[in-house]
Amino acid sequence: MPAIIFIHADGKPDRVETSGGESAMQAATRHGVDGILAECGGNAMCATCHVYVDESWLARLPAIADDEDALLDGTAAERRPNSRLSCQITITSELDGLVLRLPDRQV
Amino acid sequence: MTASGSAGSGVPHLDVDPFDMTFFADPYPAHELLREAGPVVYLDKWKVYGVARYAEVHAVLNDPATFCSSRGVGLSDFKKETPWRPPSLILEADPPAHTRTRAVLSKVLSPTVMKQVRDRFAAAAEERVDALLEQRSFDAITDLAEAYPLSIFPDALGLKPEGREHLIPYASVVFNAFGPPNQLRQQAIKRSAPHQAYVAEQCQRENLAPGGFGACIHAQVDEGAITASEAPLLVRSLLSAGLDTTVNGIGAAVYCLARFPDQWQRLREDLTLARGAFEEAVRFESPVQTFFRTTTREVELSGARIGEGEKVLMFLAAANRDPRRWDDPDAYDITRRTSGHVGFGSGIHMCVGQLVARLEGEVMLTALARRIAKIEITGEPKRRFNNTLRGLDSLPVTITPA
Ligand code: HEM
Ligand code: FES
Repeated sequence: MPAIIFIHADGKPDRVETSGGESAMQAATRHGVDGILAECGGNAMCATCHVYVDESWLARLPAIADDEDALLDGTAAERRPNSRLSCQITITSELDGLVLRLPDRQV
Repeated sequence: MTASGSAGSGVPHLDVDPFDMTFFADPYPAHELLREAGPVVYLDKWKVYGVARYAEVHAVLNDPATFCSSRGVGLSDFKKETPWRPPSLILEADPPAHTRTRAVLSKVLSPTVMKQVRDRFAAAAEERVDALLEQRSFDAITDLAEAYPLSIFPDALGLKPEGREHLIPYASVVFNAFGPPNQLRQQAIKRSAPHQAYVAEQCQRENLAPGGFGACIHAQVDEGAITASEAPLLVRSLLSAGLDTTVNGIGAAVYCLARFPDQWQRLREDLTLARGAFEEAVRFESPVQTFFRTTTREVELSGARIGEGEKVLMFLAAANRDPRRWDDPDAYDITRRTSGHVGFGSGIHMCVGQLVARLEGEVMLTALARRIAKIEITGEPKRRFNNTLRGLDSLPVTITPA
């Protein structure tokens, strides 16, 4: 199963094994990764699963949908060009090794 | 224990009635019994399967193709019985129909919309606390948990001032009706005609003030997202699920904070904990206790074989206190990581009004904690009995100003 790496705001990495077809958010909450709150459980309503995608991976992710785009305008930490909602990123084998940086706050 | 024809072997049969007054009075020992009996149980009284552990409740909620909602999320199977009212287009629907109506309500209750109503909701919370500080001794259910949502939510929907006294009784019918044909359900439905008539009328476009949630739903007709006949039914969803739930949610939070003064103190010292204090109250008390699903095929769940067309009762409240999932589950801890609790459900049907609920809870608890030093319970709390909702009927308190 593909694994992904979360890098906390303090620079500490957390490597997380994903299981079939789950989102980066689901993998993070299943492993208790601090820094992903995911209040709405992946329903694209809360923006508390905000991540900064490592630049080298950006082009390999699916495009941002309209609802995700609108929500990203309301993130607690600053929105950057590489901002995404981790609940909208489904982990496939092509994303094995994906690096996601966590913002310093989600609310 | 023997297995009946409808329940697969190995599934423990229990004679617990989760819709009985004695169950409601103190559900916790029974919740533990249900959780510990096995991952899947069979309740002989109502001939349904039950899941009370976190893992199985979560699994059922997240497999809507197998555990469907379109045959009703109460005991009644819409395939065999005529529903007591036309089914909800969102709660009692499956994809792809659900996907479309859900998108409409998500848009109407989005984070952007919450930003627009936030100041109004917060100002009303301050006004409520002003009034409570004048009273000093009051009923925390009537004067706070009910009075606050009633002062903002009907206006936010765009309802007329007349007839609002039907709102809470209507919701009470809706949530009783998910239960079995016991006295609570039968009486509620028998007396529901005037409430139903009021609600049907208010859902019409001409009765909803411009700019409110109701008008925003009707505006989606012009966008082509829904038809003109669907819009009133989606407004009805907000009238059914948007008021009594938050009454019980805010009531739960105040009841928790009054019972656990150390948590109240922590909140007073750090007002940013208000949102977490509300969320933890939703986990701890689970204002919505249960919902059903119906199986669309034969399925194996944690070793239990369940046939097609069976009702499965999900004990959200028991899952929210499952020691397999939560450390110290029976403690109300406002700093707990509550992510993943199922008090708002989980998966595609997870509460579409959750942002409204959290906003109300957060601004109300912030206003209370900023201006009140102490909340003391001064009389016996009285419980309100409903087949689905858990909450109090009365909670006499005295407050000390900060
Ligand atoms: C503390 C307050 C609340 C609680 C505990 C709560 C609980 C729930 C739960 C458990 C579900 C899932 C139902 C299922 O899976 O079958 C749900 C769905 C729903 N809730 Fe809430 N709710 C609350 C507040 C609200 C508010 C304020 C609104 C409206 C403004 C609302 C509207 C709805 C609707 C329309 C659904 C159906 C969503 C769907 O099927 O996709 N709820 N709620
Ligand atoms: S979990 Fe809420 S938007 Fe991603």
